[in-house]
Amino acid sequence: MARDTRHPVIELTLARFREFLREPEAVFWTFIFPILLATGLGIAFRSRPADHAKIAVLESPRAAAIEALLKQDSTLTIQILDDSAAARALRIGEVALLVVPAGGDSAEYRFDPARNEARTARLLVDRALQRAAGSVGAIPVRDSYISERGSRYIDFVVPGLLGMNIMGSSVWGIGFAIVDARRKRLLKRFVATPMRRPHYLLSFLLMRLTLMIIEVSVITAFAAFVFGVPLRGAIWQLAIVAIVSALAFGGIGLFIAARARTIEGASGLMNVVMLPMWVGSGVFFSASNFPNAIQPFIQALPLTAAVDAFRANMLQGGAWSAVGPELLILAVWFTIPFVAALKMFRWQ
Amino acid sequence: MVDCRFYIQRSVPPVPPGSSVALAVHALRKTYGDVVAVDGLDLEVRTGECFGLLGPNGAGKTTTIEICEGLLVPDSGDVSVLGHTWLADRAELRERLGVQLQETQFAEKLTALETVRLFRSFYAAGRSPEEVVRLVQLEDKRNARVNTLSGGQKQRLSIACALVGDPDLLFLDEPTTGLDPQSRRQLWDIVDDFRRGGGTALLTTHYMDEAERLCDRVAIVDHGHIIALGTPRELILSLGAEQVVEFALKDGAQPSVEALGTLKGVRSVRGAGGTWTLEVGAAHEAVPALLAYIDRSQLGLTELRTHSPTLDDVFVSLTGRTLRDGA
Repeated sequence: MARDTRHPVIELTLARFREFLREPEAVFWTFIFPILLATGLGIAFRSRPADHAKIAVLESPRAAAIEALLKQDSTLTIQILDDSAAARALRIGEVALLVVPAGGDSAEYRFDPARNEARTARLLVDRALQRAAGSVGAIPVRDSYISERGSRYIDFVVPGLLGMNIMGSSVWGIGFAIVDARRKRLLKRFVATPMRRPHYLLSFLLMRLTLMIIEVSVITAFAAFVFGVPLRGAIWQLAIVAIVSALAFGGIGLFIAARARTIEGASGLMNVVMLPMWVGSGVFFSASNFPNAIQPFIQALPLTAAVDAFRANMLQGGAWSAVGPELLILAVWFTIPFVAALKMFRWQ
Repeated sequence: MVDCRFYIQRSVPPVPPGSSVALAVHALRKTYGDVVAVDGLDLEVRTGECFGLLGPNGAGKTTTIEICEGLLVPDSGDVSVLGHTWLADRAELRERLGVQLQETQFAEKLTALETVRLFRSFYAAGRSPEEVVRLVQLEDKRNARVNTLSGGQKQRLSIACALVGDPDLLFLDEPTTGLDPQSRRQLWDIVDDFRRGGGTALLTTHYMDEAERLCDRVAIVDHGHIIALGTPRELILSLGAEQVVEFALKDGAQPSVEALGTLKGVRSVRGAGGTWTLEVGAAHEAVPALLAYIDRSQLGLTELRTHSPTLDDVFVSLTGRTLRDGA
């Protein structure tokens, strides 16, 4: 085929790419941002020998003695604070628990039971004080520590970031480009040519698919090499999960952009669509934290399906019984919005 | 006095009457809510001619041309383009038409040539993008991004995208609005070139000089229908005036309309915004008579101009408004 008569889908897709690559900010947000985020989270949640519980002892004649007792437990970081400093430190979470010496040998623990680390501190402090006072365990126990690749926070969060990145770049990338073209009356100009309308929409999906391959490769390779995040499932299955996810979010992106006339309108719509998924789909913490009553809703969200499929592949080896149902959910999320977008698309 | 501008400026010979019809519009009507944009408009564009819809903003020109382009659906009326209707032969028509819309902004990050190439890919047959880019004199800007192009260059790019499918019929909606004189002349040359190749063009404009320069025939549109139709020369001659005299008086003084009307050679009198316009048979008779009248009436003259009548004068005499006033 001569150079000046390439297939319209190829020309349209090339145009998408040129526009994208010539926008440095877009390249940054797509490729660099997830890596920065993964690095930040990897550092913040790196596996440490043992977490130090930060506690305070209220200033009093017995404070120094209590501090000495507690120091026998090396996992406790202790400071002696006066009334107001202690109250402040508790409030801002600088210490998890405050020991208030009371009459005789007794003591009072002040902490917020809703905070995990406060409850842990309560157990540690109490164990240290009781032991110092001569208490012994009723049954003999033994600790053995494990630190397995695949069970750390970074292992949990990287598949989540993959899903979130595919969602964000598809919905934003497609939505803004289409609404912008509509606002500039470029869509109307295209309609005045023999261009076939599905070709135009297809070019967005093709561009997303290609970019997704780069995005997923960059993030996955970075996570695997820098943090040792495991890739237990087959790579081709990971590719299928990524492709189906990109199609699903591409379809959703097209649907959101199908009628919006302004960037502001589309932007609001995108946030409405994505917010429940940012919160509910288990990117940063397990979706099972939500009440059972809303689990069916959460499990049906496309981002939940994408993230669960990525985790099933990367962390659990990718049994089809785990990955298959998620792919099915994503396929539905591609088909319905894409068909609806084609039907209701506003060309001028 | 003979107005010879048409013979000097026109570079494409006019199309004789009786040629085949490229575009026929009958009893076209389109409303937006309570607003009637097009109100029973009839139009016939002959193959090979350049036809102009001339009228103020809001006259219904854009609505009319977009219906002809198949972008809008009329409430009623018939449109036949190159012998086809939009309902029956949309795909074929798209291949044979070139369209330039008002206010299309092309993708800013693409280059001029990439943009033309993209449009070329939509057509089954057409011209080479390089050739079209050369034709619209964007050769040295072919690899420049769209956002670095000037207004005139963007407009030429827009025409290039309309020409790259090698159309039989070209639609241009206000092609030179907002452009500097040199850019306008460049655009006119491109349209001439297209017509020399046998193409038919329908354009809208609110510039009378553009219509006079480019169009074989002009329809003057006002309030959604055609109020005058003919060659620019016919329309101007219909005024019956050889010259137009405009003057203004000191302190906005009011002359007597009756007195002006009886001056030698004066055929009509109009006053608007402090400027008075006389359509006259011969300026060398009317101007001395006017000066004598002003002197006699002890009025002070602040401005005096004479010019050959233009399509703007035709529009003013038909509607009492100028083309620039809006509808």
